[in-house]
Amino acid sequence: MLSDPDGLETGPLVVAGGPPPTSLGGGRSRAQGGRRAVIISTVSTIVILGVLLGGFFFAPGSAVVRQTFFNLKDARTAFFGDPKIGIFSEGSALLLNIAMFLSAEVLILILAMVIAMVRQLRGPVSFPFRMLAIAYTDFFRGVPLILVIYAIGFGVPALYLAGISYASVFVYGEAALVLSYSAYVSEVYRAGIESVHPSQVAAARSLGLSQWQSMRSVVIPQAVRRVIPPLLNDFISLQKDTALVSVLGVIEVNRAAGIVSSTDFNYTGYTVAALLFLLLTVPLARFTDFLIARDRRRRQAGIARG
Amino acid sequence: MTGQLAPLDPSLALQLDDIHKSFDHTQVLQGIDLAVAPHEVICLIGASGSGKSTLLRCINLLEEVDQGRIGFFGEDITDGTVDVNLVRRQIGIVFQSFNLFPHMTVLQNLTLAPIRVLHKPRPQAEAEADALLRQLGLLDKRREYPDRLSGGQQQRAAIARALAMQPRLMLLDEVTSALDPELVAEVLNVIRALAQAGMTMVIATHEMSFARDIASRVCFLDGGVILEQGTPEQIFRQPSQERTQRFLQSIIDAGRL
Repeated sequence: MLSDPDGLETGPLVVAGGPPPTSLGGGRSRAQGGRRAVIISTVSTIVILGVLLGGFFFAPGSAVVRQTFFNLKDARTAFFGDPKIGIFSEGSALLLNIAMFLSAEVLILILAMVIAMVRQLRGPVSFPFRMLAIAYTDFFRGVPLILVIYAIGFGVPALYLAGISYASVFVYGEAALVLSYSAYVSEVYRAGIESVHPSQVAAARSLGLSQWQSMRSVVIPQAVRRVIPPLLNDFISLQKDTALVSVLGVIEVNRAAGIVSSTDFNYTGYTVAALLFLLLTVPLARFTDFLIARDRRRRQAGIARG
Repeated sequence: MTGQLAPLDPSLALQLDDIHKSFDHTQVLQGIDLAVAPHEVICLIGASGSGKSTLLRCINLLEEVDQGRIGFFGEDITDGTVDVNLVRRQIGIVFQSFNLFPHMTVLQNLTLAPIRVLHKPRPQAEAEADALLRQLGLLDKRREYPDRLSGGQQQRAAIARALAMQPRLMLLDEVTSALDPELVAEVLNVIRALAQAGMTMVIATHEMSFARDIASRVCFLDGGVILEQGTPEQIFRQPSQERTQRFLQSIIDAGRL
């Protein structure tokens, strides 16, 4: 962390962009410039971390905050749970969040693709479908997710409709996530579809492929490849938004943390919940960055070759 | 309207009657008439913007003509009732910018349409594709993705992709214009071999010496019409129209003929 790998790269550039080598004593090698950058970045990291930690530890309420938010004993109780005093394990509650976003992601990928394709339909017959798809994305992108969760979680059961009004809160929460996120993801897909150059469609059609076949074999595969990073970005957001489903009474991490804090009047449970969400989202964020970087390298290689 | 026209001649591979096409308010084609017999090689020459590419795209039904009709072996393919997919699989087109599918290998580029459109079994489609790739000197590239190929190789792969549909007519739209000069010959040699094998072709090109070599007929497009047509000998030696003379002179001045 302290020996920032980027520092090694930028070091020589800084030297090159600075005063001419002669004024620096001349003959400064790349390795020396790199070492200097490492030292600078180390010092700057220590200083900034020091200021932040100093602010935290020397604040007047520091001791109380450390006790209520960062209590190791309470953290252990929150993570493992304690059935005797009615505390749920946040660790096992997390499994519910994981189950929720994994199954939601599959459904979102499908529903969003359907919506994106409907918006690409041409011709007067498909006009009402197109309008429906547009209205759908406008609506679910425009309404806050928490309101959608309330509407589905409390509204649908109130209908007493056979088949759909007697599901579990987990299902309603998941349905709300799918409805809301599909609107976003369909726009991501659409951007990908529209980024595929029309000449690709012309080439496919000129070979006798129908519009649907061209879409399926030529446009969609290229579009999906291009939108994987923004898609994963939306999924990072989805992973933490599973916490919102707690308002329906689903005992997932956020809810479990709430139960801990109201049982022993200590917020450490929330800190544990935050760490657990980070545990989920950070690896996916790094993976997304990796894909973006790889994509950029490939494109640059393509340009260099072309 | 159609009733007043003479019936189309089934012995002609391609028959263009009074083709008009405009984009917004720009008249690109203003009455093109052309008859192409089987095994003929027609070279379309003319300045950029003279409508060569538009004409080819109209023949392939990638653009809809505003007026006129197109006969393909005696069948009117512009009457609105034909299955465009059925027509297109018999007319191959190769584009200036290759337009290979970047997410597929060369082999997959070649077999996509035979498998999806002609419903050929994969082993048969692949065997046929391999035979084509061997002819075009690309067999060792069959598993490569297009971005690993040189421009000349990409364009040869694009030609092979069109040929894999066993078309009765090939349209080539300035297929060497996007290539580095040293890669032009390998593509032209492929086209020359196709012509010798008897493929009917309409070729839009800026390669005048190539047109002179290969064409059974050269058509000079100017102002959206075929201003002059004839054998390469006639067009390049004694063009009758002043505009044709000026166009050829400008090519000669540029050292391209």
